[in-house]
Amino acid sequence: MAMRNARALAAASLLLALAGAARAAERYGLGRPATDAEIAAWDIDIDRDGRKLPPGSGSVAQGRTVFEAQCAACHGARGEGGVGDPLVGGQGSLASAKPLKTVGSFWPYAPTLFDYIRRAMPMNAPESLSADEVYAVSAYILNLNGLVPDEAVLDARALAAVRMPNRDGFVPDPRPDVR
Amino acid sequence: MTRDSDDPPARRRFLVQGAAAAAALVGGRARADEAAPPAIPDWMKTPGADVGSQTYGTPSRFEADVIRNVPKGLKQYTSASSRTPLQDLDGILTPNGLFYERHHGGIPDIDPARHRLMIHGLVEAPLILTMDDIRRFPSESHIYFLECSGNPGFEAIKGKTASDLVGLVSCAEWTGVRLATVLREAGLKPEAQWVVAEGADAAALTRSIPIDKCLDDALLVYSQNGERLRPQQGYPLRVLLPGFEGNMNVKWLRRLNVTAQPAYSREETSKYTDSMPDGTARQFTFVMEAKSIITRPSGTQRIAPGFHEITGIAWSGRGRIRGVQVTTDAGRTWQEAALQEPVLTRALTRFRLPWTWNGQPTTLMSRAIDETGYVQPSFSDLTAVRGLKSFYHNNATIPWRIAGSGEVSNGYA
Repeated sequence: MAMRNARALAAASLLLALAGAARAAERYGLGRPATDAEIAAWDIDIDRDGRKLPPGSGSVAQGRTVFEAQCAACHGARGEGGVGDPLVGGQGSLASAKPLKTVGSFWPYAPTLFDYIRRAMPMNAPESLSADEVYAVSAYILNLNGLVPDEAVLDARALAAVRMPNRDGFVPDPRPDVR
Repeated sequence: MTRDSDDPPARRRFLVQGAAAAAALVGGRARADEAAPPAIPDWMKTPGADVGSQTYGTPSRFEADVIRNVPKGLKQYTSASSRTPLQDLDGILTPNGLFYERHHGGIPDIDPARHRLMIHGLVEAPLILTMDDIRRFPSESHIYFLECSGNPGFEAIKGKTASDLVGLVSCAEWTGVRLATVLREAGLKPEAQWVVAEGADAAALTRSIPIDKCLDDALLVYSQNGERLRPQQGYPLRVLLPGFEGNMNVKWLRRLNVTAQPAYSREETSKYTDSMPDGTARQFTFVMEAKSIITRPSGTQRIAPGFHEITGIAWSGRGRIRGVQVTTDAGRTWQEAALQEPVLTRALTRFRLPWTWNGQPTTLMSRAIDETGYVQPSFSDLTAVRGLKSFYHNNATIPWRIAGSGEVSNGYA
């Protein structure tokens, strides 16, 4: 009797375990497949290596025109800041009593500039700039920071090749660090 | 940053109870003796407003000053924050209309029938879900706090009220679907390590979430305190990562990109990283460490000698609050406060301590201890390690100075 109960219990446990495993793998059949075209239309994420940067290109000179029309009102005529963050300067200031964190002094990866400008700027009309315009204005901001020459023309390859001064300035979270 | 300091509401200035204070509370509206014994109050002599006279109820008109603390004179309000009036609230749940706000591209006005969530990247079957689809998955409800990582900064901690100082924390009961459930519906590939969440706001804000958190307690939330999310909190869908810094809890969620590496987006490189004295910056500083604040008595209030119940809130991104200690003598001695049930993981916990003020100037302060044994540090201990430039993750103890007059003020100012 006891034996039979034990066997029954073991069988029941096995069934429960199987049901659990099935549940873990279960799909509810909700939603619909996303097509490649739909994903391409929405996925604007650019990683730090710039592998997904789109086709197109822009020069420093073109970028100056875009910047003066679209950016200078908030970020200042030469990126010195205003209503918007300062974009230029501060290199060498990060360990000082007055660190100035800008694209030039702080941002670790140049492709992030393209990612952010395209998705969020200008603040009053995000996602309104063409890929060429985003490359151009990225080039101009990098040029203002002395990171690309006046005659630079940036495309996916050239932007990804820009090495930012603070690339290695980030460290992992060591907390809890205060005892 | 603060309310008009030259015109503090009467209810803030006087916590003193009694006939004189009651008269002050209703001063200008009616003579106190018209409602006090032996008089019968006017509001008993005629029927009140009809049932349904408010189809969505609002607070009493006498509570009109309990509102979000919106900073004055900012350069712009598209990317800014407003604070919860912590000193006016009881318990642990924040009313939805008073929940703190931090937006990076304003508050979008989203039609849930037209909203879509896309899941793609390192998944077996990329998916598009409608809000109806999402609400059909098995759901859960949990109470969790949410806190902005810059609450407050490290410099110029000059606010007057509890809200000015740490009003970028709120707490709610959240209802939604486990993020793990939705990711498994799409099927994670073995190399999936991060999920990049994107909002449908004008900032298209993106943050990268480690896969362990996604498969642990992360939620896709559609309701808050029993009703659908408010637009300010991400209507119709947001990410909720218990204990993690507010910015990662992406609102107006429209896309989950499963990746092998973080996005290294602007919000996790140039912002939401913690600058150290040596010029390096800590990155991916997710967890909000244990913290507490006394909300009564607190800044701009005035107390009278005699009995007071000291009360406040404590919380930790690492789990439950184990205890809260309170000093009423500027740190010389500490007493154990009572914790009000429920004491929940990664939720606000209410504490209370009876106290009789002898009328002498002193300083009140609380410090939280969480279930990991971590003790909320003093500002000097914290800044000895991190300096003054890290901006985010200041969880230092908050001192309230009590003057001989009974005025309560910011011990940092």
